[in-house]
Amino acid sequence: MSQHQRTVRVGLIAVLALLVTAACGGTTRGSGDSPTSNRATGSANPDAALVEGLDVAFLPKQVNNPYFTVADGGGKAATEEFKGSYKEVGPSEASASSQVSYINTLSQQQTDVIVTSANDPNAICGALTSARQAGAKVVTFDSDTKPECRDVFVNQATAEGIAKNQVELISAQIGGAGKIAILSATPNATNQNAWIELMREELRKPEHAGIEIVTVAYGNDDDQKSFQETQGLLRSYPDLKGIVSPTTVGVAAAARYLSTSEYKGKVALTGLGTPNQMREFVKDGTVEAFALWNPADLGYLAAYAGAALASGRITGAAGEEFEAGKLGEYTIGADGVVVLGPPTVFDQGNIDQFDF
Amino acid sequence: MTRDALRAVSTRWDTVLLVVLAAVVVTAGLLVDGFASGRNLQFLLLDVVAIALIALPLTLIVITGEIDLSVASTLGLCSAVMGQLWVAGLSLELVVVLVVGLGAVLGAVNAVFVTRFALPSLAVTIGTLAAYRGLAFVVLGDQAVADFPFSWTTAASSTVADGSVPWAAVVTLVPAVVFGVVLHATPFGRSLYAMGNNAEAAAFSGIRVARAKFWLFVASGAVSGLAGVYWTLRFASARADNAAGLELAVVAAVLLGGVSIFGGRGTLLGVLAGVLLLGAVRNALQLADVAADTLDVVTGGLLIASVVVPNAVGLARTRWRRRRTA
Amino acid sequence: MSGRGSVVGVVRRFWSARESGIVVALVLLVLVTTVDSPNFLSPQSVRDLLLGAAILVVLAVGQTVVVISRNIDLSVGSVLGLVAFATGKLLSSAPATPTAVAVLLGVGLGAVCGVVNGVLVAAARVPALVITLGTLYAFRGVDHSWARGEQINASDMPRSFLGLGTWTVLGVPVLAIIALTVVLAVGFYLRNYRSGRELYAIGSEPAAARLSGIPVGRRVFTSFVVCGASAGLAGVLYAARFGTVDATAGTGIELQVVAAAVVGGVAIFGGSGSAYGAALGALLLTTIGSSLAVLRINPFWQQAVVGGLILAAIGLDRLLAVRAANRLRGRSSHDA
Repeated sequence: MSQHQRTVRVGLIAVLALLVTAACGGTTRGSGDSPTSNRATGSANPDAALVEGLDVAFLPKQVNNPYFTVADGGGKAATEEFKGSYKEVGPSEASASSQVSYINTLSQQQTDVIVTSANDPNAICGALTSARQAGAKVVTFDSDTKPECRDVFVNQATAEGIAKNQVELISAQIGGAGKIAILSATPNATNQNAWIELMREELRKPEHAGIEIVTVAYGNDDDQKSFQETQGLLRSYPDLKGIVSPTTVGVAAAARYLSTSEYKGKVALTGLGTPNQMREFVKDGTVEAFALWNPADLGYLAAYAGAALASGRITGAAGEEFEAGKLGEYTIGADGVVVLGPPTVFDQGNIDQFDF
Repeated sequence: MTRDALRAVSTRWDTVLLVVLAAVVVTAGLLVDGFASGRNLQFLLLDVVAIALIALPLTLIVITGEIDLSVASTLGLCSAVMGQLWVAGLSLELVVVLVVGLGAVLGAVNAVFVTRFALPSLAVTIGTLAAYRGLAFVVLGDQAVADFPFSWTTAASSTVADGSVPWAAVVTLVPAVVFGVVLHATPFGRSLYAMGNNAEAAAFSGIRVARAKFWLFVASGAVSGLAGVYWTLRFASARADNAAGLELAVVAAVLLGGVSIFGGRGTLLGVLAGVLLLGAVRNALQLADVAADTLDVVTGGLLIASVVVPNAVGLARTRWRRRRTA
Repeated sequence: MSGRGSVVGVVRRFWSARESGIVVALVLLVLVTTVDSPNFLSPQSVRDLLLGAAILVVLAVGQTVVVISRNIDLSVGSVLGLVAFATGKLLSSAPATPTAVAVLLGVGLGAVCGVVNGVLVAAARVPALVITLGTLYAFRGVDHSWARGEQINASDMPRSFLGLGTWTVLGVPVLAIIALTVVLAVGFYLRNYRSGRELYAIGSEPAAARLSGIPVGRRVFTSFVVCGASAGLAGVLYAARFGTVDATAGTGIELQVVAAAVVGGVAIFGGSGSAYGAALGALLLTTIGSSLAVLRINPFWQQAVVGGLILAAIGLDRLLAVRAANRLRGRSSHDA
């Protein structure tokens, strides 16, 4: 046979052989190959003073994201209070793998405290574990990683608290019954998916029996996309009574669309938004009330948690306590989670008191 | 054969690149804290493995005058499929083989459009860039598959003898040597240069242009699939948006490495030097706390300089030569 | 140009024109979607469609000018982001600035970016793909380092400027009217002005164009300035429409722009295509996005559909080109 045919033949046989060997046995899911627990060991010394001159680095989901700029600013204020040195680094795009090289860099620079909000709960685990082995303390905030990769997670509010709050807000605004849609951020965001799941659970309760979630749309935390998704929602579901958007970008974009459309005042909108962005929509009647926490407080608390870890005051175990400057004392809950507090509801009555 | 290989190695742009790379490494080692350490070398190499892998077949493709912009999307789709196959319960060994095979098939689709239907590869691969990334989202949607076996995911980042050279980098050397030998030391490799310089003349002189290009695109797809496996294991996460946008970094490295976008010129050593140079510059600047934005500007500037400088040098030299002979 | 009966000639020109294919596709798509969801054609909905398409149309038309002469401009997204942020910054710090001035400044800034591209491509004779890839990174980096995480909110900008994004004239959004003006202007220029037609010549066969006395360098330079200016205009319109601007505006839009042009019949290797086709391509792509949402098709299919469309479009173009070449060959052998 010709040279060409022979090569093809050999190639096919090689591929088949490879397939057969690979198919026979091999590693499958559930074969129990997972990392041993990486929780911090050693004891805490609750009387230890906060070490001065700590290197604290904030690594948000992406730099140039206004929400994180405010949060990291809070971290900066805290770092200055306990006389550490602060810096903010991060990728320009919020992708899963982009944070890894920054974590490696921070570890190389012998950073004492790494504070980060994860784009993906798994992708940065390896790098964080390596950084912790090299001596850094890791605090996550806003969006968590797998618990074994970090020391403490500072949550803005409990996921249940947020879900309950959002459901209550929309229920009050649509009169207790009707179809609602959710405008979320990126499909993979840990926090978003947790809140949505809990909202569904909350809606299964008898007092919310009349409310139905028809769909979840994804605005990818991109203003234009969120805008267009809102358009799509209102066109696909003409009998929609309300939209819940638990993301600052999403709720602002949806409000902007609604306020210039024929649906203003007819379709309720609530979510998690910043007072500055939402002020004009509250004033012109598009939005009745929405909620958030103070991101600056979140960053502030995270920085103090990191300092306490690095000074040996806490190890991240449940029950330990630490002080967080002007915010007071906090206790660590299960799985190393610290909760900032309940969400604040903003409406016409109080929105002018805030500036962020 | 050795003489040709030597000539390929000593091409002007290569030497410049290697010198610049050495200079950057030495300067960074002296000035930037933490650069000159084994651990940092490990990070650097891990970061560039995916780019280096994909750059190998892409170099050959660009030398023939074509381009493949769908490489990162192929990586993403292969990663997504890898996740789904793993969830479906197949053994990981089989999944890896299937995924690399899928990459080859995706490359074959490009190949058919370019060779059989004679469509411009730029437009075709822009189309498949969008199509494959879109399919990745259809396959995996908003999920991320992350429960790959711990031994495999640590292996992807592990080093030789617990030193600073990652196994992944060593493994990448194998296809690098293979592609290098094929390009610089075989008649097939020489025919690629001929194709890039003048496709018609090459065809008339008996070179099977269409067939060569076909297999190059298939190779590009398969290697992208392999890179997808590495990426997924290294980040322990199969996602539809893995490596989104990576094609720009790979093209930038290939062009920086001295491969002419018109085809017909370039060496594999230059491309590897380009990949390392971009990686080292990025690594050093990040260690020196330079902001992400400035890094982008630097990458863009390097890319432009890499094409403008040779042109400017060539123009200046012709003008100088003309003045001499006038 | 056929010498037979003028009516037949016009009809044949219309039906063999690439643009009519897109119109047919567009009409079919709208029909299918309306059958499923009748309020797809409601005034609000149509207004939203036009608004959404306007920015992409402006970008696609500018890109056409560059692609026709066998180049490409990948930096349009970064230019849009830079100008959008600059406009937002200008208007939030000096709200008394008249809208017209803001528009002119935005277009001017975009043109400056186009000059950078044009100089590098035309003077340094470097392939546009590489240059604009570099400026894509560079302009975006400049944008980010200027913005530093800041975000301009709608409430920071004067109402009169934001009105640009929401006002309508006889029910048609102002933004759409602006986009239409740009399309008509560029389309007219490309078809009726000598320098416009020369761009086609440069795209078809650069060496021959140079030999026949066309100032290739100058034309190519101008084409990039026009593309940059259109990206600048798109940036101003973006700021007016969305109100909220930060450094990530326009990231990644270059793929959609190239897709719109390619789908609209602008050959990627230059020499053919029209501004009208590109505008229709942009409109088609935007409509697909909306239709998918309204038809409740998995939104994840959208990008795959765009990719498939690009492949279909270039395949179709190739088919038409081959057929046209055969016809020319056939005709010349008859006429001889």
